[in-house]
Amino acid sequence: MGGIVLGKVYEDGEIIVRQGDKGDCMYVIQSGDVEVVEETDGNELVLAVLKEGDFFGEMAIFEQQVRSATVRARGEARVLTVDRRTLMRRIQNDPSVAFNILHTMSHRIRVLDKELGRVKAMLAELVGEVGASSRGEK
Amino acid sequence: MRWGPPSKRSLATQLAQRGEDDTGRLELVDGSRIAVIGGGPAGSLFTYFVFKMAEVVGLELTVDIFEPRTFTRCGPAGCNHCGGIVSESLVQLLATEGINLPPRVVQRGLDSYLLHMDVGSVRIDTPLHEQRIAAVFRGNGPRDARHIDWDSFDDFLLRLAVGRGAKTVRRVVTGIDWSNEKPVPTHAGERGEPYDLVAVAAGINSNLLRTIEAEPCGYERPSSVATYLCEFQLDRETIQRHLGSSMHVFLLDLPRLEFAALVPKGNVVTMCLLGHEIDMDLVRAFLDSAEVRACFPPGADLPAKVCNCSPLINVRGPARPYSDRLVFIGDSGVTRLYKDGIGAAYRTAKAAASTVVFQGVSKAAFDRHYRGTCRRISRDNAIGKFIFAFNGQIQRRRFTRRAILRMVSEEQASPGAQRYLSRVLWDLFSGSAPYREVLLNTMRPGFIRGILRHTVRSILPFEDRPMVEGKFHGRDRTG
Repeated sequence: MGGIVLGKVYEDGEIIVRQGDKGDCMYVIQSGDVEVVEETDGNELVLAVLKEGDFFGEMAIFEQQVRSATVRARGEARVLTVDRRTLMRRIQNDPSVAFNILHTMSHRIRVLDKELGRVKAMLAELVGEVGASSRGEK
Repeated sequence: MRWGPPSKRSLATQLAQRGEDDTGRLELVDGSRIAVIGGGPAGSLFTYFVFKMAEVVGLELTVDIFEPRTFTRCGPAGCNHCGGIVSESLVQLLATEGINLPPRVVQRGLDSYLLHMDVGSVRIDTPLHEQRIAAVFRGNGPRDARHIDWDSFDDFLLRLAVGRGAKTVRRVVTGIDWSNEKPVPTHAGERGEPYDLVAVAAGINSNLLRTIEAEPCGYERPSSVATYLCEFQLDRETIQRHLGSSMHVFLLDLPRLEFAALVPKGNVVTMCLLGHEIDMDLVRAFLDSAEVRACFPPGADLPAKVCNCSPLINVRGPARPYSDRLVFIGDSGVTRLYKDGIGAAYRTAKAAASTVVFQGVSKAAFDRHYRGTCRRISRDNAIGKFIFAFNGQIQRRRFTRRAILRMVSEEQASPGAQRYLSRVLWDLFSGSAPYREVLLNTMRPGFIRGILRHTVRSILPFEDRPMVEGKFHGRDRTG
């Protein structure tokens, strides 16, 4: 027996959630990898690669907003859907169910903060370099 | 065993000995010791959440899990006597909690229910066509199982608890004694050590509950009914061909039978019968029915049973399954009626864990923070009783069975259409939603309109004609 993995199988490149679509569930990766891609003006930027045990799409559970990025399978992946109805019903009685999600969201904010700091520093450096070179030209 | 009315010692002495703070709360402190009696899902999940929550508040605890069985053993020696279904909602909630069932634990992922009646069969798919129900072995498979390439569900959860820091004690707890207001597990008359809290997760089939009930302590064992479980061995391909990845549920007009199901697993099919006074006559009548026969390879006799048992299930728990330093979780306390027992074990285990870590271990703390969870389940069970009684009436009338078949078939064959009855039956069979929600869904105008229309059509003689092939998702045998 190769073992039974719960959820739904997505083939390599198959889209699990599409940026701009309305969502009412989140996903937990049971096996394989997925990539989170932001599409802007026809260009794609890979924001993250998520692995077994990671979850995504949780923002749709808490906000009635469209998906902020596209997520697709990287190789074969099996992904379990968690319905908003199931989760919210449970959170009503046991708010600590959301703790794991908050923990991950908090970690993602920390990573984003670091990334933002790095980008700001790069920009400042670039502005400095441009300023210096324009002064040199004068 | 002594608890309940306070002794005549001074209040100050009692408070000091019982470890109460000045607000009268009995609390766990660094170094507190917890005994968990029973290493099934309730005991293991309680331990897992106690450690997880204690870590959040920086509390260092010792937890001993008393479990004499080894779940890696085949047959009754390692089994917890249960159908072995992890419901759709529990699979999702565990995944959200970070507990993903490993492939070796899942015997089969189920994505649908096949409802069988004498008037025909119909398939009810998950809304997302996704395998979200797990068929598992609670122990390590049936008696004499060979070439074991799977893991036990209970062993997986126990290992999670041990991974968090619990110690497994391979001893049978036969009673609970008290010393300085602290509970002391006893082993065949031999006293163990005192603990700051004992969580009883021994299960309804344990003799320990009888012993505790016999003590003048006020604990009442849950009311129970006997069920019947057995397992048939077949090869994997045959199971896939005949039962697929569906749970097979039967609505048959057999007296005393409330619910019957066949659960396909790896190379085993588990049969579960729930009802009143289930005896071998009822088992034989069920197995001899054409609907059950149709689920197995044609022509041959039914495969031999490799394991069977008649465990009790909890149908009404005690009002207050706790006292000072003592709490009953899982089906030792309150569980869901007929369905999702493992889900109820998760809910009561987590509610009890959160109470003991954040609120204390006194009866008052359990009253304030644990009783609510138990009451919610008990109240919902009262609605469940009504629903199952109504379901029994449907089972007994051919025209209502036909109405059910017609309405579900029509819903399943119409993509995008509202699936009123399919949803009700799905939630009822899978145990994914509270019974209250199932009942509320039967009050929706669309449900009432649909059921009335199909009931009338099932009664009228000129409607009794063969159904157009392909029109219905199910197989109709009325024409």
